[in-house]
Amino acid sequence: MIPAAFEYVRAGSAAEAISLIGEHGEEAKFLAGGHSLLPLMKLRLASPSVLVDIGRVGDLSYIRDAGDHIAIGALTRHMDVETSALLQEHVPLLAHAAGHVGDPQVRHRGTMGGTIAHADPASDLPATTLALGATYVATGPNGSREIAAADFYQGFLESALEPDEMLTEIRVPKMNGAGWSFQKFNRRAQDWAIVGVAAWRGAAGSGVALVNMGSTPVLATSVSAALAGGASVSDAAQLAASEAEPQSDLNASTEYRTHLAKVLVRRALEQASA
Amino acid sequence: MTVTDDRPAAVLGTRMLRREDPALLTGEAKYTNDLALPGALSLALARSPYAHARILSVDLSAALAAPGVVAAYAGADLSSLWAAPMPCAWPVTADMKNPAHYPVAIGKAAYVGDAVAVVLATSESAARDAVELIDVQYEPLPAVVDLEDALSDRVVIHDELGTNKSYTWDLKIEDHEGAIDEAFASAAHVVKERYVQQRLLPMAMEPRAVAAVPQPFGGDITLYSSTQVPHILKIMSAITLGIPEHQVRVTTPAVGGGFGSKLNVYAEELLCLALARKHKVPVRWNEERTENAVATIHGRGQIQHMELAADAAGKITAVRVRILGDMGAYLQLVTPGIPLLGAFLYAGVYDIPLYDFSCTSVFTTLTPTDAYRGAGRPEATYAIERAVDTLARQMGIDPMELRKRNFIKKEQFPYTAMTGLVYDSGNHLAAAEKAAGLADYEGVRARQATQNVPGATTLLGIGQASYFEMCGLAPSRVLASLNYSAGGWEAATVRVLPTNKIQVVTGTAPHGQGHETSWSMIVADKLGVSPDDIDVLHSDTAIAPLGLDTYGSRSLPVGGVAIAMACDKVIDKAKKIAAHQLEANEDDLEFSGGTFTVKGSPGKTMPLAAIAFEAFTAHNLPDGLEPNLEAHVTYDPPNFSWPFGTHICTVEVDTETGQVTVLQYVAVDDCGNQVNPLIVEGQVHGGVIQGLAQALFEEAVYDDDGNLKNASLAEYLVPAASDVPGLTLGFTVTPSPTNQLGVKGIGEAGTIGAAPAVINAVVDALSSLGITNMPMPASPHTVWNAIQHAQNGASK
Amino acid sequence: MKISVTVNGTVHESDVEPRTLLVHYVRETLGLTGTNVGCDTSSCGACSLHLDGEAVKSCTVLAVQADGAQVTTIEGMATDGEMHPMQKAFMENHGLQCGYCTPGMVMAATSLLKENPNPTEAEVRLGLEGNLCRCTGYHNIVKSVLACAAGE
Repeated sequence: MIPAAFEYVRAGSAAEAISLIGEHGEEAKFLAGGHSLLPLMKLRLASPSVLVDIGRVGDLSYIRDAGDHIAIGALTRHMDVETSALLQEHVPLLAHAAGHVGDPQVRHRGTMGGTIAHADPASDLPATTLALGATYVATGPNGSREIAAADFYQGFLESALEPDEMLTEIRVPKMNGAGWSFQKFNRRAQDWAIVGVAAWRGAAGSGVALVNMGSTPVLATSVSAALAGGASVSDAAQLAASEAEPQSDLNASTEYRTHLAKVLVRRALEQASA
Repeated sequence: MTVTDDRPAAVLGTRMLRREDPALLTGEAKYTNDLALPGALSLALARSPYAHARILSVDLSAALAAPGVVAAYAGADLSSLWAAPMPCAWPVTADMKNPAHYPVAIGKAAYVGDAVAVVLATSESAARDAVELIDVQYEPLPAVVDLEDALSDRVVIHDELGTNKSYTWDLKIEDHEGAIDEAFASAAHVVKERYVQQRLLPMAMEPRAVAAVPQPFGGDITLYSSTQVPHILKIMSAITLGIPEHQVRVTTPAVGGGFGSKLNVYAEELLCLALARKHKVPVRWNEERTENAVATIHGRGQIQHMELAADAAGKITAVRVRILGDMGAYLQLVTPGIPLLGAFLYAGVYDIPLYDFSCTSVFTTLTPTDAYRGAGRPEATYAIERAVDTLARQMGIDPMELRKRNFIKKEQFPYTAMTGLVYDSGNHLAAAEKAAGLADYEGVRARQATQNVPGATTLLGIGQASYFEMCGLAPSRVLASLNYSAGGWEAATVRVLPTNKIQVVTGTAPHGQGHETSWSMIVADKLGVSPDDIDVLHSDTAIAPLGLDTYGSRSLPVGGVAIAMACDKVIDKAKKIAAHQLEANEDDLEFSGGTFTVKGSPGKTMPLAAIAFEAFTAHNLPDGLEPNLEAHVTYDPPNFSWPFGTHICTVEVDTETGQVTVLQYVAVDDCGNQVNPLIVEGQVHGGVIQGLAQALFEEAVYDDDGNLKNASLAEYLVPAASDVPGLTLGFTVTPSPTNQLGVKGIGEAGTIGAAPAVINAVVDALSSLGITNMPMPASPHTVWNAIQHAQNGASK
Repeated sequence: MKISVTVNGTVHESDVEPRTLLVHYVRETLGLTGTNVGCDTSSCGACSLHLDGEAVKSCTVLAVQADGAQVTTIEGMATDGEMHPMQKAFMENHGLQCGYCTPGMVMAATSLLKENPNPTEAEVRLGLEGNLCRCTGYHNIVKSVLACAAGE
């Protein structure tokens, strides 16, 4: 299976990439690692007429200490997130979750920015950064703007990015020693989660987000509110699916997904609180 | 490590490394789609998106106008190319219904994936792009997905048959019928269970690939195919296309796994042959994985009704089996015979006096089923082993103990079963006890007592399956009694070349089993030469014209034994030459380590190397003896071979999520003498994981409209290393008395033992919750549902 | 589009269609057919090769993305006629049967050991999560990788 024919252009810098995507309009797509886009193109579920390859924009691959947060360049690969000493120290939940994306071959190619921009509710890192209260930086022809993760996911594979904007940086608050847990429930390790939970709990409160529990990654705000109000972990976990609208598919019914979310949130919070 | 050391006689039974490996490990090996065929046209198929539809029209004009397209045909355009419909070689009953089946459907499509048109183009992408341009008008008809619905004839799929029922086949033993009813009526314990053998996708890692290369003049044609059965394919394609058989050569480059799915004669093979002949150019086809999911046969697909009667002591007195088999839309090569391969095994390893088996098979609007690893025997073993566990639970005794009470005893072999078959040898108690020891059966039971307390959410379970496998298919006369259209023999030629190098020609067709290594070991042992001096030729009908190929764990107990017998004939002839030249009596010669010695005269010797050269020059041979040293054997085994064993699986079930974790898997198998334990172990490993995958992961999921919902490896859950356990193997050795090597075959044993052992363990873990059965695959969702159901039932 | 790719140490200048997948480039343009295709959903790993020293699924990389890169395929693993230690380990531990997944397994396994030279059995199993095999049940594949790591 090969993709439908397309025009291929290569950007040398973020500015050039944004200019190219503006030039070619809505039929154009950014190509980073390609591990979300190329599988769709091979199955002809996506057929962009132009690919703007941003894979060589070297200045977007970095992980930097920025004081209260860690700044991650959009082209940083999952493998680099997973093995980053800086992230392991300050945002261990994210480094750990990155090690669960796809398989090693996928993590060698797939990028942090690519998976966030693709906005797949079944992917691990959109929900993880959502739980962590991350901010995404979008850059367009008129400069950059910040988008809170909580405002970013707008529908199935739909984000707040404008067509001529490029995701350039992910800013993840330091966890400051908060407890954390990542629960990925699937049948084969390489698969997407049937249900996943990214959770942290510490002095600053808690954050819980769900993978594959709706058309977008889901922030389980009721759980955090209950915890803040003094509820026990198991009571709070009962609220896990309050914000979710889980689908039924080959792997799980809506009812089973809802149940799993409660069990996994409880286990995640138990681990994060330990 | 290399294997160049000069091995004397003791080669058999060693862990010799495989000679096949260097080419496979370095990328040198060529699979069919690796072949460079300049000028070849690529073939692609338009496939029905409907499970059941009348084909109203096929408009090829846009496809024909597309770049690179050379030709395009609908089914009716190709009618003149077929001398016969696609073959089904196993008409199990005289009145079996078998709809005419052509490589490209005419008039009606009967499953999603049924070919409705074909394109030839100068490249694969051009052919596939053009397929998208073919405009087929369909009149959709209702799909038939459910077996019981199919049997009702609510919707008849093949109008000309008037029914969806293909056949009913009974194995009713004379005098048993009344006795069986009586046995059930008077039984202290009766088990009645319904099991579903879900459809499975074989998923050999190499999708199918075909290339047909015609000779420009003379009419000969060579078919390269990723097949397990080059010989059967040659005969069947000659018949189907009406080509003289001697003009068809079938050869297989490296074959990337089969598991039964390449034991067939497929539409694409016939189309490549027919269109290569028509267009006088090579024609090739490479299957894509999502295409493979619908266009290559599926496995299993049965509903089993299993009944056992037992006396108060737990002695099983009768077994009654009713099978409803899913044939899919058409009968492929051996589709209807698959349930029959299990028909004799529903008594398992037990001494059960009364037996009643009947199978009814129906058409559905789904991909045809056919042989898949074990073919009928895993299904049978699953039913009896699950039912025995149920009986033990009903009686409140340990399932291991119940099995011991019912095993056929060692001293009863050879054992004539009530089905009339003779089990060659066995020692079930020894295998079960060895497995129990390796699994720490008593220890797990003790842990279970402390772990599985009320309220516990991680429950421990242990499950067992003891199996008997009927393999080495098979005595030709027995196959005749089952209406199988071929024999069960295998051919071998052993040829000693003038320089004492040896060519072995076999009719087996390996696709991962390591026959080149194993067959060279047999010959090295027999003739006292180094395995490195032996070449094994196979899988090319021009080089090995006689053979019945590789399936059903038959290659060693039939093909390997044929090779050993051919070696004996070579030795007999060599002895005549040695006796002549040494001026000794044949009876006074001993053959050992590759040399003939006159008994009592250690100085009077003649090595095989010298005899080979004498046979070649023919300067000084005994009167009447033909030159050259070679022998041919066609061996028809006197019996099936009967491998057996016990597998024990230990699991934990997370009752909150339904997740099953395999803690330990022990397989104790007995395949008689082992030619190469390294290869035996590999076969068991692979088989067990395939069976475990049926138990926990795999299922072809269809919607009500007959669409396969998981037609890719992203959705059809072939497990990876991360998802399965390591395995603990043990062996007992009970040689087969029916062949000189004492071998039985090991290709399917793992798959046969695994599914029931795993599910028995899962049910055992959950039995305290009142759960007595568990559908396959026991996915977390399925297990969780069962727990919910049991708990809701209990609360009512 | 013109690309320059170093494959198994040899620089290849080629003109490819942008949609050409890396696996088709090495198989069809360069004739290196040791890299196999087993699926069309990036699931099976049969097509794994090394791109700049790391295992990737070459069915999910465009040839143009490999422009300027170093590619190693299974054909490039042996040196001076000697199989790579991982290839030898697979042979000695019967880590292959039909051989179709094997090149991808070897490439994934060597990449794994580069990142984690002394893995546990569990780490080997997880490290090979992206490679499917239907013959071996993985037991001897895992054994092969552990043996290679141990220098056996």
